Amino acid sequence: MLIRKLGYSALTASLLLLSGCEGGVLDPKGQVGIDEKYLIVVATVLMLLVVIPVIGMTLYFAWRYREGREQEIYDPKWAHSTKIEVVVWLIPIVIIAILGTLTWYSTQKLDPYKALEHDHKPITIQVVSLNWKWLFIYPEQGIATVNEVVFPKDVPVEFKITSDTTMNSFFIPQLGSQIYSMAGMTTRVNLIANEAGQFDGISANYSGAGFTGMKFNAIAKPSEQAFDEWVLAVKHSPAILTDERYAQLALPSENNPVDYFGSVESELFNHVVMQFMGTMDHHEQSEHSAQMHMQAED
Amino acid sequence: MSLLGNLTLDAIPYHEPIIMVTLAVIGVIGLAVVGLITKYEKWGVLWNNWLTSVDHKRLGMMYIILALVMLIRGFSDAIMMRAQLAIATNGSEGYLPPEHYDQIFTAHGIIMIIFMAMPFMIGLMNIVLPLQIGARDVAFPFMNNLSFWLTASGAVLINISLGLGEFAKTGWLAYPPLSEMSFSPGVGVDYYIWALQISGIGTLLTGVNFLVTVFKMRAPGMKLMQMPIFTWTCTWANILIVASFPILTAVLGLLTLDRYLDFHFFTNDGGGNAMMYINLFWAWGHPEVYILVLPAFGIFSEVISTFTGKRLFGYTSMVWASGAISILGFVVWLHHFFTMGSSADVNAFFGVMTMIIAIPTGVKLFNWLFTMYRGRLRITVPVLWTLGFMVTFSIGGMTGVLLAVPGADYVLHNSLFLVAHFHNTIIGGAVFGYMAGFAFWFPKATGFHLNERLGKYSFWCWQVGFYVAFMPLYVLGFLGMTRRLNHTNNPDWNIWLYIAALGAVIIFVGIILQFVQLYVSIRDREQNPDLDGDPWNGHTLEWSTASPPQFYNFATLPKVHDIDAFTDMKDKGIEYQAPDEYLPIHMPRNTAAGMQIAGALGIVGFALIWHIWWLAIVGSVGMVVALIARCYASYVDYYVEPQEIAEIEQAHLANVATVKEELV
Repeated sequence: MLIRKLGYSALTASLLLLSGCEGGVLDPKGQVGIDEKYLIVVATVLMLLVVIPVIGMTLYFAWRYREGREQEIYDPKWAHSTKIEVVVWLIPIVIIAILGTLTWYSTQKLDPYKALEHDHKPITIQVVSLNWKWLFIYPEQGIATVNEVVFPKDVPVEFKITSDTTMNSFFIPQLGSQIYSMAGMTTRVNLIANEAGQFDGISANYSGAGFTGMKFNAIAKPSEQAFDEWVLAVKHSPAILTDERYAQLALPSENNPVDYFGSVESELFNHVVMQFMGTMDHHEQSEHSAQMHMQAED
Repeated sequence: MSLLGNLTLDAIPYHEPIIMVTLAVIGVIGLAVVGLITKYEKWGVLWNNWLTSVDHKRLGMMYIILALVMLIRGFSDAIMMRAQLAIATNGSEGYLPPEHYDQIFTAHGIIMIIFMAMPFMIGLMNIVLPLQIGARDVAFPFMNNLSFWLTASGAVLINISLGLGEFAKTGWLAYPPLSEMSFSPGVGVDYYIWALQISGIGTLLTGVNFLVTVFKMRAPGMKLMQMPIFTWTCTWANILIVASFPILTAVLGLLTLDRYLDFHFFTNDGGGNAMMYINLFWAWGHPEVYILVLPAFGIFSEVISTFTGKRLFGYTSMVWASGAISILGFVVWLHHFFTMGSSADVNAFFGVMTMIIAIPTGVKLFNWLFTMYRGRLRITVPVLWTLGFMVTFSIGGMTGVLLAVPGADYVLHNSLFLVAHFHNTIIGGAVFGYMAGFAFWFPKATGFHLNERLGKYSFWCWQVGFYVAFMPLYVLGFLGMTRRLNHTNNPDWNIWLYIAALGAVIIFVGIILQFVQLYVSIRDREQNPDLDGDPWNGHTLEWSTASPPQFYNFATLPKVHDIDAFTDMKDKGIEYQAPDEYLPIHMPRNTAAGMQIAGALGIVGFALIWHIWWLAIVGSVGMVVALIARCYASYVDYYVEPQEIAEIEQAHLANVATVKEELV
């Protein structure tokens, strides 16, 4: 039947993709993304164990017990069978029990806030979403970039993220987990690149007119040395990200080109986060957001 | 301050040729309709028998007409978006700038959910539910009329935004701070707020009305666990409405305070917190999808058990599975924002709770399967929709469970995979159900049959079109395409965007065929009458009435002894027994009060959108006056005399006898 054919061709298409088309979340280049891809595949296969028989049985029963097949038993008052009822409750319960367990453990493991297990100390990059561009601040290196974020491969990166505008979502599909950027708060995501290369970075949460152009390049350098060389090159850039320059940058603009700042106001990120806090007592504020572990400062 | 608040001639989008042409077309069609009604002198009929009607069957049909009109509007938005994304590849800008495109995807979401799916569901419930429980009307017939007009008021507001000002450019969720004054200073979000708020009140009143109806007005002998399954799933949906719509009302109220009175509930500054809005919105929004889909589940159950000529397998399981879905539906809202940064424990909890919903849903699928088992399935149009649903919804359910795994959601959230998933469940679940219900109960509501052949063509276009349109979106989600992009620049995506656009065209053909089917069926109605009122050999009480049912539904209230009450009567040979005598029937009179109150509230909404304060006051006063006038009205009811009842019933029984003779 047509439905089945289409269903299967869709399935085959998806499976073909699983085996590796370029780009996207099924072509991960970092450990987090690899784990998440594996999780997607395992969960899908588990569910297909039920879904394919259900689809098959639907079409088979509809065909077999259709009108005019007088050779089949017709039992109009049959409406209950404890045995069947137990089985139809049990099958989904078993599958969901397995999936639920998988979910519990994988969620702990893939918690975006959790530092990645790695010999190397992570580097920290601060991220600010603006209308409609991304600002990256490297507190350890004292530089800043717009719409381009660079880090060495095989080194864990901790992104600390906030917004100076509406809510966006910081997402590099080939590296894994995304996280929202929200004004007055810091969210975090820990990622790593297993391979060198340039990956697409996007905002995955609609944020207004310039949203489509709110893209950035995520570049994983082949070595720490290459990264250091890049940092040095940026440091030679004459532009300085002062508070005034930042205020200018924060004005709405679309399809922003990549930009580099050789030095940056040291407390800029915290200023951006704290500007909305007003006169609120700091203690009260940190208690308020502790539940979501989104403290403005660590 | 101008007398018209912020409203000036600049509010009309002269510079947008697409909108101006659309307005011209709407204007021409509107004039044609007015002309036809005048020519055939039908204004009196329209006013007396329909607009002011408190008859649940008439109101149900008006709800469905509203839903079909809004389907055209919502689908136009859809096909424009698909066309834009098929054209705007490789860095091209396409034909819809963000200014317009962003309004379209917002309007598409709100219209399809609030003004297409909801009225369709409520319309079917209106027509069928009182008949199924052997009641003469709903508990509060006037309030039912008011509910309809509140929904219609909201729909009018959202359509006015097309030609006057703009609609929200925020996405249908209207997340702050984007929806706050600082980022959306225009009237778009205000249209959103008032259209949703006014229709939401209508929906809430409907929920209350039908709960009371079900609990207080069942036919003698009908226990709760003997209610037809569609009535049960509607009841669960109404419980969800009553529990969740007040949350929507409140959260929109808070956003209103932010926008109008400079409050700071959800703003960036002043101590506001957008996360509160997002939580509250989904505390309504998630139950809302079960409100849409549970009645559809009920329809599938009725269709399968009717057309296999069997009792429904596992009735008790079905009732409690629906109940479990309803309750669990309230503790999963956080899965809409796993990426907000909650702790792993919180995300895992909501992920697992979400998956647990798959258990009762799976049980339902199995129960439909075993209803077919050892039956005699007649492959009619409602059955095709049901089989299409069972296949399609299985896939949609699976992708939903996948999204419920936080680790998977971290990379699939907000992607086209998500868009594909919820269309897979809302179209493949809810809409297919309404289509099945439409074809199933159409003869009951109108007294004649739909054209079966055109119905089948339409079904196949929808079914095939659905897969062609939405399977590519799953792929695009995996390829890293996020939702609400205005244009793309990735050659790997192009082919899938083209295929999806083709799918939308196939669905478009399906929709056209449905309207052709409606036209042909109405044209040929004399040849295809439903004389005896029981065209499918139905199980439940609605099939014991005439088609269309007598305006008082039941001359004498039926006595119920079984879930399949009408089949039980047929088995006992007592299905068409005239009583010894007819007693007068107490009936409500039609009233224009619903239109007046809802119309006044619509004017208030419009005035508030444009800050025309004097008009808001006039509208509010008008609304209160109309309400008080209604409260003191004494001319609200009448009795149908036994003689009139006897004539109507004898005509029905004569029709039944004619059909029986023909069968012999």
